Amino acid sequence: MDLQTLTYTVVGATFLLYIGIAIWARAGTTGEFYVAGKGIGPIQNGMATAADWMSAASFISMAGLIAYMGYGGSVFLMGWTGGYVLLALLLAPYLRKFGKFTVPEFIGDRYYGNSARIVAVICLIIASVTYVIGQMKGVGVAFSRFLETDYDTGLYIGMTIVFIYAVLGGMKGITYTQIAQYCVLIFAYTVPAVFISLQLTGNPIPQLGLGSAMADGSGTFMLDKLDLVIQDLGFGEYSEAKRLSTLNMFAYTMSLMIGTAGLPHVIIRFFTVPKVRDARTSAGWALVFIAILYTTAPAVGAMARLNLMDTIQIGEVGSPEGNLAYEDRPQWFKNWEQTGLLQFEDKNGDGRIQHYNDKNPEMAAKAATFGWAGDEMVKVDRDIIVLANPEIAKLPNWVIALVVAGGLAAALSTAAGLLLAIASSISHDLLKGIIMPDISEKNELMASRVAMAGAIAVAGYLGLNPPGFAAGTVALAFGLAASSIFPALMMGIFSTKMNKEGAIAGMVAGIAVTLFYVFQHKGIFFIADWKYLESWGSNWFFGIEPNAFGFVGAIVNFAVAFAVDKVTPEPPQHIQQLVLDVRTPRGAADAVEH
Amino acid sequence: MSDSNTQASAYWKENLAIIIKIMVVWFVVSFGFGILLVDELNAITLGGYKLGFWFAQQGSIYVFVVLIFYYAKKIEQLDEKYDVHED
Repeated sequence: MDLQTLTYTVVGATFLLYIGIAIWARAGTTGEFYVAGKGIGPIQNGMATAADWMSAASFISMAGLIAYMGYGGSVFLMGWTGGYVLLALLLAPYLRKFGKFTVPEFIGDRYYGNSARIVAVICLIIASVTYVIGQMKGVGVAFSRFLETDYDTGLYIGMTIVFIYAVLGGMKGITYTQIAQYCVLIFAYTVPAVFISLQLTGNPIPQLGLGSAMADGSGTFMLDKLDLVIQDLGFGEYSEAKRLSTLNMFAYTMSLMIGTAGLPHVIIRFFTVPKVRDARTSAGWALVFIAILYTTAPAVGAMARLNLMDTIQIGEVGSPEGNLAYEDRPQWFKNWEQTGLLQFEDKNGDGRIQHYNDKNPEMAAKAATFGWAGDEMVKVDRDIIVLANPEIAKLPNWVIALVVAGGLAAALSTAAGLLLAIASSISHDLLKGIIMPDISEKNELMASRVAMAGAIAVAGYLGLNPPGFAAGTVALAFGLAASSIFPALMMGIFSTKMNKEGAIAGMVAGIAVTLFYVFQHKGIFFIADWKYLESWGSNWFFGIEPNAFGFVGAIVNFAVAFAVDKVTPEPPQHIQQLVLDVRTPRGAADAVEH
Repeated sequence: MSDSNTQASAYWKENLAIIIKIMVVWFVVSFGFGILLVDELNAITLGGYKLGFWFAQQGSIYVFVVLIFYYAKKIEQLDEKYDVHED
C-alpha cells in the first residue's frame, strides 16, 4: 500500500473509533454534556485529562520548536508540566469540594455576585479562543499534509471536522473518546521516537538515547554532535542557547505554569471525579501520562534537528559538494513544499540547498566566502517537524501514517474540550446564570452548540494568519489565563478576606496589561495590520516577550487585588465561612449533576 | 464551636506547611536548577547530558510527578489525623 492510502486507512480507522464512542456515549442531559456525570475514576480521568491537555501544541508543535530553540525550548517542557503541581496543591481539591460546574460559577459564588462572574467569563473566552487559534494552526498543518493540499484548505476541512466532532459528543462522549485518543496519540508519538533513538544511538528509550553516544562508532555523545553540527552553521549551541534571556525564560516558564492552573478545560476535569481525594491523585495521574510525551519530546526535537541538518548538509561546510542538490531532495521535502509550509529559494543559483543562520554576522561573512547568498530554506514552519520527522528518518510508511493520526487526535481532542469550555461559559454562565435564568435545558444545549460554531468560525478565521507557531499561540492563551483567572482562584481559596472589588479589579488589570502588551506586538485581535506603538520596539519590558508576559500580568493582578481589597469592605461573614468550608474535604457533595 | 474552629485552623496550618515545603522543591528543581543555576550545573555531566540541561528537559518533570503523589499521601494522613477525611 502506498503512503497516501495507508494514511487514509489509519486516520479513517481511528476516526471511526472516536465517532463510534461519541455516538455510543451520546450526551443525554445537560449535566452529562458538561461534566460527564460522576463515576470517572482518577486513572481514567487522568488519562482523559492528558489527552485533553496534550493538544496540537504539545504533539505537533512543541518538539519542532525545541528542535530550533534547543535548551531555550525547555520553557515549554517545564511550564506545561510544572503547572500540575500548582493545580494539585493549590486548586483542584478545593474546587472539587466546592462542587460546581464551571470556573466562573466558583468565582461568581466566592466573590458574591454576577459582576465577578461576568468578568471571569470574558477572561475565559478570550483565553480559550486564543487557545483554539493555536489548535487550528495545528489542525491546518496536519490536514494539509494528510490531504496533500495547501494550508488554508487543510484548515477549512479541519474546522468542519472539529465542529461535527465537538457538537456530537459533549463531555461524556468526550471522556471516553479521549481515553482512546490518548492511547492513539501516545503510541503515535513514542513509536517513531523509539525507532529514531535506536537508529541514532542504539538505545531504544528516547529519554536515555538523548544522553547517549552516537551509534556510528565515533563515541561522540548525540548532544555534543548536535552542538557541533549546528554551531558550524552559525546557530547557537543547542544544549545551552537561551531563549532571549534568563529573565525571559523564567517569566515564560512561570506564565505557562500558572496558566495551566487557570485554564478552564483542565480545571473542569477535576469537577468530575467522585471525591476530593481523587481530585488530588487525578492531577498526579494526568501528569504521569503527560510526562511520557513530555520527556520524549526533547529527544524527538534534538534528533529531528540532527537528521534534518544531516539531510541538507551532506558534507563539509563550505565545500561545493557539501550541500544537497535541490533536485535530489527527498520525497518528504516535496510533500511539505506542496503545503507551502516549507519553502526553498535558490539565492545563489547553484542548485544546492544551504541552510544556515544568516542572522549571525560572523557566519554570514564566512558564508559569503563560500559563495552562499543567505539561508535558502526561506520557510521551515516549525510545526511541520514532528509530522515530517519519521519521513526524514526514513521510517516505514505505517509509522508515518500513525503520526498523522496521532497529530489529528491531539488537535481534535483539545479543540473539542476547549470548545466545550467556551460553550459552557456562554450558555451556562452567561445565559442560564445571568441573562435568562429560566431557559429550558433544550435551549441551553442549543445555545451551547451555536456558541461552539461561533468560536470555531472566529478561531478558524484567525488561524489563517496565526500570531505564531501553534505552541507559541497557545502560550499566549496561557499568559491570558495566568494573568486573570489563576490569581482570582488562588486568592479565593487562600484568603478569607479577599473581597469582590479586589478580585474584579485584579482580573481586569491583569488581563488588560497582558492584552495591551500582546496586542502591541501581535496586533489587536492578532490581526497583524492592527499593531500599535510599534516605535516602542519588541520585548521592551525588560526583554520579556509577549508569550511570557502572563507572569507580569499575574503580578499586576495580585498587587491590584490586594491594594483594592485594603480600601474596600471585607466580604460578608457567610462568604468567609464558605472559604473555610472549602478547605476541608469532608462533606463534599457528589460530583455535580443537575 | 470554638474547639472545632481551632481544629480547622490547625489542620489548615499544617496543610500550608506541607504545601510550602513541596513548593520549595518544585521551585528549586525547575526555576533553580533548570533556569537560574543552569550554567553552573552544566559544568557537570550525566552521560551525554549536561546536568542543568537535563533538569530543564527531563529531571524537573520526573520530580513534579513525585511531588504530586507525595502531597496526596501526606494530606491524606493529615485528613485522618484531624478527622476531616471523606468516608
